[in-house]
Amino acid sequence: MSIGTFSLPALPYDYDALEPSISEEIMKLHHGKHHQAYVTNLNNALKTYSTAITDNDVPSQIALQAAIKFNGGGHINHSLFWKNLSPSSSADANPTSAPTLTAEIDKTWGSLDGFKEAMGKALLGLQGSGWGWLVKDGNTLRIVTTKDQDPVVGGEVPILGIDMWEHAYYLQYYNGKAAYVENIWKVINWATAEERFKGDREDAFKILKAAL
Amino acid sequence: MSSSLLRTTPLLRAGLRARAAKPLAAMATTSFTRGKATLPDLPYDYGALEPYISGQIMELHHSKHHQTYVNGFNAAVEALAEAEAKGDSKAAASQAPLLNFHGGGHVNHSLFWENLAPNGKGGGGEPEGKLLTAINQDFGSFENLKKQTNAALAGIQGSGWAWIVKDKASGNLTLVTRANQDPVTGNFEPLLGIDAWEHAYYLQYQNRKAEYFSAIWDVINWGTVAKRFGQ
Repeated sequence: MSIGTFSLPALPYDYDALEPSISEEIMKLHHGKHHQAYVTNLNNALKTYSTAITDNDVPSQIALQAAIKFNGGGHINHSLFWKNLSPSSSADANPTSAPTLTAEIDKTWGSLDGFKEAMGKALLGLQGSGWGWLVKDGNTLRIVTTKDQDPVVGGEVPILGIDMWEHAYYLQYYNGKAAYVENIWKVINWATAEERFKGDREDAFKILKAAL
Repeated sequence: MSSSLLRTTPLLRAGLRARAAKPLAAMATTSFTRGKATLPDLPYDYGALEPYISGQIMELHHSKHHQTYVNGFNAAVEALAEAEAKGDSKAAASQAPLLNFHGGGHVNHSLFWENLAPNGKGGGGEPEGKLLTAINQDFGSFENLKKQTNAALAGIQGSGWAWIVKDKASGNLTLVTRANQDPVTGNFEPLLGIDAWEHAYYLQYQNRKAEYFSAIWDVINWGTVAKRFGQ
């Protein structure tokens, strides 16, 4: 069985482009080291898994699933995350770039501020490492949280992901994660969110195939 | 950061002991009596574990993170008591995850601070006596214990802890990991805990967590471990 090798997708902006919301140092480590480690470990796990399939070694295949889920999830989540961030100076960072999505958000949470409040509560309520996501489930918008690097792969379309691992904010915000959550709204890429909202799951995950 | 400004009082290490939150007369008017958890003082200065763990990390970890668990635990205990007083089982049950997370965070960190000591002043070196005998028996060697613990720490997917525990039934030592702030409970007695949350090392080691896991052995207080082991 032949398998593809994933590679680290390039950031669609410079490391310092999200300042002052997210510092250059954080972005460099987060993309260049953390995301890279998920990619490297995913490739290693898939390679071993491929051998286990060739060898009909089912116990090894099962044992590898945790590593595939964790590192594959880390790769998926970060790939989605970079794309749903944008320098605040860009028009993409303005919610008016997502007219269809924000209309649906208004219907669900009353207003954009109502959504941000609900999302903030979910993000700050995470116990340990994890992510908060705005997802489209059928025709319904929902906020979900996932632990560690569990990806949103249950049939929902991920529209907007926010990384709540400490490595995503600690060098700049320390234990003040509420300030990180407040500031990340300034660098959300609403154009990407609109595109994902209008598309389906395949569209949202196409970036992964591109990283093969 | 001047460590002299960060001096803590080593005598006040009573965080896990309950302290009366209200005067007795006031408590008599409520349907429950309890104390509030408080942040225990560190048994050493914030800068005392350098260069293995920086003073900045220790200060934030103790005065901010641990304090937040203490506050969260007290809030959850209070909410539980209120729900119980009202006979609201649903509200009481909804406190369970918060009790586990914040209560676990308080318990884990309280155990952790005492597991550490400045290098050469109770920290580092090697376990001795019956503890060493047990380590050799259950892990093969002290080196092997460190190797296995470091591998377990590196394998934690997300936030969590690794613990050397004593199995209460057999008396044997074993290595376990716990997710997030899940405390070690049940048949295991926690002897040595190592915090693998990113806030425990990130300001100094960033993504190089293996370096933190390697360095922390230089500040492990084996006296505490031996005492918990029952030596």
